[in-house]
Amino acid sequence: MIHSLDRSTEHLLRELAPQVLGAVMRRYRNLSAGEDAVQEALIAAATQWPSEGVPNNPRGWLLQVALRRMTDHVRSEISRRNREAVAMEDAPLAVAPTMYSEPEIDPDDTLVLLFMCCHPSLSPPSAIALTLRAVGGLTTGEIAKAFLVPEATMAQRISRAKQSVKTSGAPFEMPEASERGARLDSVLHVLYLIFNEGYTSSSGADLQRTDLSSEAIRLTRLLHKLLPDNAEVLGLLALMLLTDARRAARSGPNGELIPLDEQDRSLWDRSVIAEGTALVSAAFARGSVGEYQLQAAIAALHDEAPRLEDTDWPQILALYGVLLQMSDNPMVAMNHAIAAAMVHGPAKGLELLAPLEQDERLRDNHRLDAVRAHLLERAGDRDAAVKLYQAAAAKTSSIPEKNYLMLRAARVRDRK
Amino acid sequence: MKFMLMMNTPAGGEYQIMSWPKQDIEAHIAFMMDFNKQLSASGELVDCQGLSAPSQAKLVRAGKDRKPVTDGVFAESKEFLAGYWIVDVPSAARAYELAAQISLAPGIGGEPLYMSVEVRQVGVAPKD
Repeated sequence: MIHSLDRSTEHLLRELAPQVLGAVMRRYRNLSAGEDAVQEALIAAATQWPSEGVPNNPRGWLLQVALRRMTDHVRSEISRRNREAVAMEDAPLAVAPTMYSEPEIDPDDTLVLLFMCCHPSLSPPSAIALTLRAVGGLTTGEIAKAFLVPEATMAQRISRAKQSVKTSGAPFEMPEASERGARLDSVLHVLYLIFNEGYTSSSGADLQRTDLSSEAIRLTRLLHKLLPDNAEVLGLLALMLLTDARRAARSGPNGELIPLDEQDRSLWDRSVIAEGTALVSAAFARGSVGEYQLQAAIAALHDEAPRLEDTDWPQILALYGVLLQMSDNPMVAMNHAIAAAMVHGPAKGLELLAPLEQDERLRDNHRLDAVRAHLLERAGDRDAAVKLYQAAAAKTSSIPEKNYLMLRAARVRDRK
Repeated sequence: MKFMLMMNTPAGGEYQIMSWPKQDIEAHIAFMMDFNKQLSASGELVDCQGLSAPSQAKLVRAGKDRKPVTDGVFAESKEFLAGYWIVDVPSAARAYELAAQISLAPGIGGEPLYMSVEVRQVGVAPKD
């Protein structure tokens, strides 16, 4: 629905959606009904604005429509309860509240909404769907399409997510200062997952679904505006930008995968890299060091190298070393081994990868095989490299990745 | 009308394609990408997916304790499902036409593979 609008109106609606929902939530504290009311307001705007023009106060317009829907909802709820009460020979219990004039908007409402949608009681897929709908202002159909699931499935996922929020009893308030850090971690994680889903589609013929990446960047920018001094928010935004800057170089004309070391670096978006790099510096200037900042700093080092051989691998290795101290993520350990191989040679990398073969979390993951294949190729053990490239190709269900790995195996095998 | 086109490839060693000369693999991949592009452009593509290899597959059923029991891998079968398309087309004839195109995907030396493609209609809601 929103997609049929011109870009500036669409942008405006997306920006206003969480503000309006926040204001509705502050009054009614009912996420489920409030969210439906805001969606109805968005749809009304999408139908009326193109012919009637954008109103002078678009936010007020949306809020009035949403509140009217809310009032209708509350009235019908009350009359339903009253009917039941009358049936039980009780006096009617209540009347619907009257409408207020221009309701106020508090920018913190959007932040509270984000905290609520990314509540730790929700599973990541639920939190992602709810965030995209309530904060991102996407329709259920658009979210379903982005995740390649039927619309009915996504509608159910969203409605169950709302139910979980309700059951958790989380008030529509800023989390206590003592738990705000942990709650922000959940928000950042959800945004990061949305970005990654867009950047590396986990299935299907397409390598990237840029709509989701762009939406994740937009939401992280919004979060950065709300929390300008938070170093990890800066770090995450920088990481997304520095990764997304390479988008055009990441796939070939037919959607085939091109790995970092073979990319045409002239296709990288220099202005996005400049923005990302500035954000990394700003994040480190805050004094604290977090995982997203470190990942962003590593991405910046890749992006700043005009040629592959100019990459500052010792610095990247050092940053992965710090990251390894902070997290027990086998993917980090794998990247650390790759960096070590670039600095100290493939044998060192293979030695560091060896213990990862026992890691349950990587058992069915094709990346470990692919990385080992790559290092074996560099070490000159072609037969072993071919076998592992083929093993990796068999494990992945991403078509572009499978194609890349099969061709790589054939290339190494056929090399004289 | 929606149909599922299932591409079956002969078992006999996982992914025979990997033993082909490089230019033949490239030609096969280019053919598939081009096919997907055209299908997407004509508005007939609903979904297409490649599957991980049979060595990754598990056979699962419930045990007496109702918990999942998994078997390591598939029993040897003559063919296995490598991937599928779901297409939305006006007629079964069109679905067969598309299946025949897939069947002609090039193999070694550019010779058509004549793969067998299973075509099945995807569930329709009963009429009121």
